[in-house]
Amino acid sequence: MGKTIAEKILSRKSGQDARANDLVVADLDFRMGQDGTSPLAIRAFEEMRGKRVFDPQRAALVIDHSAPSPLEGVSALHHLMRSFAKEQGMIMYDIGDGVCHQLVPEKGHVGPGSLVIGADSHTCTYGALNAFATGVGSTDLAAALISGKMWFKVPESLRFVCRGRLPAGVYSKDLILFLIGQVTADGATYMAAEYTGEAIGALSVDARFTIANMAIEMGAKAGLMEADDKVLAWVREHRAPSGRGNFEVVSPDPEAAYARVLEYDVSGLEPQVAKPHRVDNVASIGEVAGTAIQQAVLGTCTNGRLEDLRIAAGILKGRRVHPEVRFIVAPASRRIYLEAMDEGIIQDLVRSGAAVVTPGCGPCVGTHNGVPADGENVISTANRNFKGRMGNSKAFIYLASPATVAASALAGAIADPREYLK
Amino acid sequence: MKLKGRAHCFGGDVNTDYIISGKYKFKTLDMKELASHVMEDLDPDFAKKVQPGDFVVAGRNFGCGSSREQAPLALLNAGVGAVLAASFARIFYRNAINTGLPVVECDTAGISAGDELLADMEGGVLRNLTRGTETPIKPLPPFMLKVLGDGGLAAHFRKYGTFNID
Ligand code: SF4
Repeated sequence: MGKTIAEKILSRKSGQDARANDLVVADLDFRMGQDGTSPLAIRAFEEMRGKRVFDPQRAALVIDHSAPSPLEGVSALHHLMRSFAKEQGMIMYDIGDGVCHQLVPEKGHVGPGSLVIGADSHTCTYGALNAFATGVGSTDLAAALISGKMWFKVPESLRFVCRGRLPAGVYSKDLILFLIGQVTADGATYMAAEYTGEAIGALSVDARFTIANMAIEMGAKAGLMEADDKVLAWVREHRAPSGRGNFEVVSPDPEAAYARVLEYDVSGLEPQVAKPHRVDNVASIGEVAGTAIQQAVLGTCTNGRLEDLRIAAGILKGRRVHPEVRFIVAPASRRIYLEAMDEGIIQDLVRSGAAVVTPGCGPCVGTHNGVPADGENVISTANRNFKGRMGNSKAFIYLASPATVAASALAGAIADPREYLK
Repeated sequence: MKLKGRAHCFGGDVNTDYIISGKYKFKTLDMKELASHVMEDLDPDFAKKVQPGDFVVAGRNFGCGSSREQAPLALLNAGVGAVLAASFARIFYRNAINTGLPVVECDTAGISAGDELLADMEGGVLRNLTRGTETPIKPLPPFMLKVLGDGGLAAHFRKYGTFNID
């Protein structure tokens, strides 16, 4: 019987014939923690009487969620992370380096066939590179740091076949919001999502990360894609200096068994918006256009990549953001920030009225960098719009593509980006 | 493992931001402090009302959202004895077991606030003592039951030094 991508990677890494619902212990290629989860992991590491981190150069701690530190308490936790990483010889990415889910792929720590855990739910992002990557909690991270291994229940897979081509003004963010709306927030719980079809193949790797990133918003354990020439070229360009990374492309077998196969023709898709306070509360742009907004956010691990900034700048260049809108931009990494400056993108955004903040999570999780006021509406390129997500439970968050966010920032209300692309 | 507790009822899709907001969790590792804010966006008085051993009872997809382990830890430190839900988001489910918070997957539709409940984890049944009804519990994989029995993954690692699956 054939195997899915998830079954193949977990078989190889566990040395067992892994099938859906089996429990396996598998060797990890990389482990990551961020500043919201690492302090507790360090505490669990001590509780487990851990001494040394197994293969510490295949593990990174990232300070991105509250970076730079806005508070004394946070500074103490950051200090704890820095000392632990130094003592253990782990890789440390500090303030300004970027958001964890950009850094792990960008620095070459992950590639086709890799098995990765991260103490952050959006670790599934790396699935765009044909890696099985999944989010865990702090105690799991501690166990993985000590042992270099993790136990997994091999997931069933849900296959999305996306036919056709996305029309102009419609992006990978619109596609994933649409799919989440279709299957709902728990439609893929315990499962791996596999995305395929010519609509996916036509996307850049940057754009594919957006889709894999949001697999967790349908409850999935991983969001997997095949490795085509674009992925291989991307991985070559982002190789780790250490030369690490013996990657091996994994394709699903044609006769692999799936829990469900869902097919969509995306050639008629319109820009999509997730309305408060649920990611699966998705509407086409026409339904929400005209809703006044007070803050617009471009960035996060979902949509803070070069292509995203470029798309937004294409709309904003030579125009001014609406006077009643605060427009916050967080490039996903230092490298992206520099590349965007080289292209003049940052200059265009700043001239249009953007407040550019440190590469990292920006205002995504409500710790700093733009907490909305009571009753305010925010449109963001992030992946979650839960009540209180951005630090105020009386604010309303809409999720959309970089183009829709840019158009809305100009209009002062949710706007159809296609009107600005003419 | 048999657990007895009184029900506090919530709806479906209770995400980890509702369990403990991101604005608190980045500030401190003091779980008592975090516990004083547990579930406050859904029920501002919950932390004051909850008695040691009480159950949180919810609908589908409990614990969806972020991987923050502060969510099960805040519930544990508030005194919650178990979480019962129609289904759980997977990271929360793992984190709960890892930190020693019992999670019970079962049909929760007939449970009302204040009901006295008895969860028999091995026996695979939930008894509603107030209503005299019984519901089957979805069994935990044996490895997870073992971790829970050890008191969480840290205790499991102290005992075995690694994952002891068999
Ligand atoms: S950008 Fe937002 S979603 Fe992504 S890792 Fe940071 S806080 Fe989490």
